[in-house]
Amino acid sequence: MKRSLFGRLWPNVTAVVLFIGFVFPVYWMFATAFKPTGDIISEDPVWFPTDATFEHFKTATDADNFWTFVTNSLVVTVLAVVFSLLIALAGAFALARMRFKGRRGFIVGFMMAQMAPWEVMVIAIYMIVRDASMLNSLVPLTLFYTMMILPFTILTLRGFVAAVPRELEESAMVDGCTRGQAFRKVIFPLLAPGLMATSMFGFITAWNELPLVLVVNKEAEAQTLPLWLTSFQSVFGNDWGATMAASSLFAIPILILFVFLQRKAVSGLTAGAVKG
Amino acid sequence: MTVQTERPPSGPVDVHKPDDREPRRPPQRGGALAPYLLLLPACVATVLLLGWPLLKDVLLSFQNLNMAQLIQHVTEWNGIDNYKETLTGGDFWRVTLRSILFTAVNVVLIMIFGALIGLLLARLGKRMRVTLMIGLVLAWAMPVVAATTVYQWLFAQRFGVVNWVLDKLGWHSMADYSWTSSQMSTFFVVTVLIVWMSIPFVALNLYAATTTIPDELYEAAALDGAGAWRSFTTVTFPFLRPFLYATTFLEIIWVFKAFVQVYAFNGGGPDRLTEILPVYAYIEGVGNQHYGRGAAIAVLTILILLALTAYYLRIVLKQEEDEL
Repeated sequence: MKRSLFGRLWPNVTAVVLFIGFVFPVYWMFATAFKPTGDIISEDPVWFPTDATFEHFKTATDADNFWTFVTNSLVVTVLAVVFSLLIALAGAFALARMRFKGRRGFIVGFMMAQMAPWEVMVIAIYMIVRDASMLNSLVPLTLFYTMMILPFTILTLRGFVAAVPRELEESAMVDGCTRGQAFRKVIFPLLAPGLMATSMFGFITAWNELPLVLVVNKEAEAQTLPLWLTSFQSVFGNDWGATMAASSLFAIPILILFVFLQRKAVSGLTAGAVKG
Repeated sequence: MTVQTERPPSGPVDVHKPDDREPRRPPQRGGALAPYLLLLPACVATVLLLGWPLLKDVLLSFQNLNMAQLIQHVTEWNGIDNYKETLTGGDFWRVTLRSILFTAVNVVLIMIFGALIGLLLARLGKRMRVTLMIGLVLAWAMPVVAATTVYQWLFAQRFGVVNWVLDKLGWHSMADYSWTSSQMSTFFVVTVLIVWMSIPFVALNLYAATTTIPDELYEAAALDGAGAWRSFTTVTFPFLRPFLYATTFLEIIWVFKAFVQVYAFNGGGPDRLTEILPVYAYIEGVGNQHYGRGAAIAVLTILILLALTAYYLRIVLKQEEDEL
């Protein structure tokens, strides 16, 4: 079926317009972050920065407590991801590989939990954390972030465990492995890409979390980057260069993770494992 | 966040027959308790860290808990006063209506444009498709807080690009327009932001779904003399319908609790006119320190979300019956 010139042209033109629309905000963030202040506050926008400067990044990283926030964010996020992976791996194995009463119920339960309205539960969590005298601490944040990403981690890992052929496990058991050994030696290595992908999604969720830290941690020593970023403007006024540099610093780890995560997550899971 | 879409990349979705279900196996080593023990940590965590806050929220909603009670650590039960006050006051209903309208507008825009872009991806040549996909992934990957800050800058009153463009296009009154100054303009920017960051998920997943439609169906339709439009309505659309249905509900739930975008962009202002339910609960509860009332609003919001979630899960479970 041959299409007219117009018929071939409009999808491509639309695609280009859409591409610009989706990329522009991201581009503008980086462009502003690297522009000298004179180019930022100019009557006509400077579309392509010619002389890049790191001055705004310096302002952002020199801000009070910046490195505390970075450390807090990393500690809380990494711990939450590790904890939820450990807890989820056990549960995902049971859900993917075993038949038992109430299995479906557990799955539906975790699906419900995945949609939990954390944004509106902050008042209750505040009270719980306060009654435990744990305000302004990283411990409750870590625990609740673990829980926020746990249901997703279980459900996703369940899929990855199920994708490992049962024969592999069985042949390992025929060869004399116990079930535990079969899991450790056969399934676990094959799960690695799945674990990576799942943990990256968990990382993104925890790294982004704002409502909870906003309520429970009022003191700077226990705050994280998202909170810092939302209050950045009140501290730096209309210094958009520094604000965009701060946004860039916050976004870069996620953008990199996400690009890796796309596709890699699912591909090459068990390719060739049975052949040999 | 993603939906569970880990179906094999090839092969139609609904043709799964339950015959590949594993046969009943003899009881396994490790005993019948093993699965429950393996699930125990996850269940304990869920009960303590999700169940307990939910219960606490309900308990708080029956208490008179303001600044004074908070400082003195006293528990004053006040029955259903918080609910009475919330449900009889006009504010709650105004905010609820606003939340519903806000969600509806966003979800309609997301689904229409997301679906159109998904179909466009299927029609593009390889190079153009990959290019557009990269753009979509970048927008999808932007962390919410960073994206909100960037939109504040794009729509900034002074030196904001949007105002500059509008001015150049001949709308001169927009040259120094403050987007945060009115309810509608704030909602407009927040909507653009949410639609921008939500479309990629819908478009990319929809495109992935179109690639699983077997070519034979199109060939059969062509043999029957169907044109482009007809093969769309008889093959493409019915095939994508379950997917569209599930995604719409997912988007409804996500937009309904879009706390961060609304709060970080303008704090629910001006004059609290852009508060949606989660923001309203936060500002009443934590901001104005009527914790009991905030908890009551939260419980009501959770009930709405619970209904939406239950409905969503019914759709999803019906589709994935075989997988469970």
